[in-house]
Amino acid sequence: MKEYPPNQSLQRRDFLKTTAVIAGITLAPGILLHRFSQAKALDQAVTAEQRWGMLVDTHRCRSDCEECVKACKTEHGITEQVRPEIASQWIRKVEVRNRQTGKEYSLPVFCQHCEHPPCADVCPTGASFKRADGIVLVDKHICIGCRYCMMACPYKARSLVHETLEQQKSYSPRGKGTVEACTLCVHRVDRGEPPACVEACQRSGHQALLFGDLNDPSSEISRKLADIHSSVLRPDLDLNPGVRYQGI
Amino acid sequence: MKNITYQTLEGKSPGFYGLLAGAGFFILLGLFAAYNMEHHGHSITGMNNQIVWGLPHVFAIFLILAASGVLNVASISSVFKKTFYHPLSRLSALLAITLLIGGLSVLVLDLGRPDRLIVAMTTYNFKSIFAWNIFLYNGFLVVVGVYLWFMMERRMECYYPKAGLVAFLWRLILTTGTGSIFGFLVAREAYNAALLAPLFISLSLGLGLAVFLVVLVIDCWETHCPIGEGTLHRPKTLLGVFIGSTFYFVMIYHLTNLYITQQHGVESFILWSGGIYTFLFWVGYLAVGTILPLILLYHPRFNTTRNSILIASLLVILGGFSLLYVFIIGGQAYPLQIFPGMEVLSSGFFDQAAVHSYLPSHWEIMLGFTGVGIAILTTVLALRILPFLPRSLADTEVDPMFQD
Repeated sequence: MKEYPPNQSLQRRDFLKTTAVIAGITLAPGILLHRFSQAKALDQAVTAEQRWGMLVDTHRCRSDCEECVKACKTEHGITEQVRPEIASQWIRKVEVRNRQTGKEYSLPVFCQHCEHPPCADVCPTGASFKRADGIVLVDKHICIGCRYCMMACPYKARSLVHETLEQQKSYSPRGKGTVEACTLCVHRVDRGEPPACVEACQRSGHQALLFGDLNDPSSEISRKLADIHSSVLRPDLDLNPGVRYQGI
Repeated sequence: MKNITYQTLEGKSPGFYGLLAGAGFFILLGLFAAYNMEHHGHSITGMNNQIVWGLPHVFAIFLILAASGVLNVASISSVFKKTFYHPLSRLSALLAITLLIGGLSVLVLDLGRPDRLIVAMTTYNFKSIFAWNIFLYNGFLVVVGVYLWFMMERRMECYYPKAGLVAFLWRLILTTGTGSIFGFLVAREAYNAALLAPLFISLSLGLGLAVFLVVLVIDCWETHCPIGEGTLHRPKTLLGVFIGSTFYFVMIYHLTNLYITQQHGVESFILWSGGIYTFLFWVGYLAVGTILPLILLYHPRFNTTRNSILIASLLVILGGFSLLYVFIIGGQAYPLQIFPGMEVLSSGFFDQAAVHSYLPSHWEIMLGFTGVGIAILTTVLALRILPFLPRSLADTEVDPMFQD
């Protein structure tokens, strides 16, 4: 049997350790990302196996921070300068105070991606619809601009595009005379990436937004929802939104 | 009942050409407004992402309700066998069609994408009451068209009562559908009530009859058709009943809301602190549109004159329009309660607003009157082409047994 000097044996051990560390560093994010997003191939249809959702931690959400709003506008090219009343709002920051306790909260409000979306129920052409994975979208090709969905949405999460748009993003088409709302960055989710607002929130260090698969018990969002007390906006309507709030 | 002779409009008088010109002018203005709204987007209107439906919708729903209600006269004749109303049936059915076309035109021209009308007609989501209404509105045009044909075609006269019954039932369902557009909106405090369907039916009956009486008086004036006091006074009582029934439903709607704590905010807004909406409710709807017409119709000092019926009808129209304005726009002006138990301190989207402001632009006013113009133009042209109007509406012609 061939014998190696002690120093050579150590070198091999170091090599193996280094290789393992490098491999771990290289693979771990991929594995985590895979578990987090379970990204699918682009030609593969979405299924109801996943239900994408979001948890907003109002304890972490800062009243002086609007990074999520800025990121959304940049991502989707919502750059038009118009009167605030007619401006498109996909996500907005709201500051509220509990009437009883006086405690104040800061939170983002956007399409709540309901399991039973009233907007999709009332849409005459079916332009408003819910994907199998729970993301509520507007098909801009068959939206006639009747705005009935805006009347029906309990969260005022939808906007009509009031003016001609320019410099649109190819992955996020918008159109004058049609209704739009948060898409949960479906183009990113389908690539296995989190929505732009979530990424911006993490980048800002607040980490108030957690995105993931509500149907996967091992996902971070599911585990956290199992641990903490969360609530939804307008629970009386029983719409089972995909967006949940912690702390209010 | 005597055989009734019908006539067309002569079509030579200044009144005829004046009506055509006036209606044409309004239509052109409205088409110009629609073009601009399509070209520049809805930014040129007073509507926004808070007040989603504005004045055009008030006009559209007013005309749609009036269309359904104006069929009263024909229904009373063919369904309830009151032959006294028979000579007026043709005009009643004609107005039902023309008013509906006027209302739908406004609704379509106000769409964000009116060019996609074909999509609305071919792609349906059957869970949507809006989609059902598209069928109900188009079906109403067909049903009343057939009804009118059977009414005017002697060979089809035997089917006329059946067609009348179908039209009667259809318009009840249609107005139920119109009321349900709002009744099914779960999120908004001012809507979301099953009571809205019967309220809309009652309102449509009153508005329709009021519009009918106004048109009848104008037409008879234009054609020099003698119109008996009895012919005008019988519907007068009916108009009073419809005013009363609408008031009953409006009262029940508000009393229910006043009882439910959750609804106190919106009730206080509409009835007390809503500015223009409060004013239009108390003065426009209740005083001008309900109490004054009832006085004119029932007080012995006024109820014998023809003018009082005409003025009462006009007031009912004003009152109904006010009520719809309060309901449709006031219901949106009161902010959505997204955070129950919370006070909104600030928001990037007006959640903290005590009231969403709305001021209709001239484009919306122009668009709204287009519907009226289309209804007038199509009615006048139809009256010119086909015999819808009786040659005489003298009481003894309509009902030989008539006794004053």
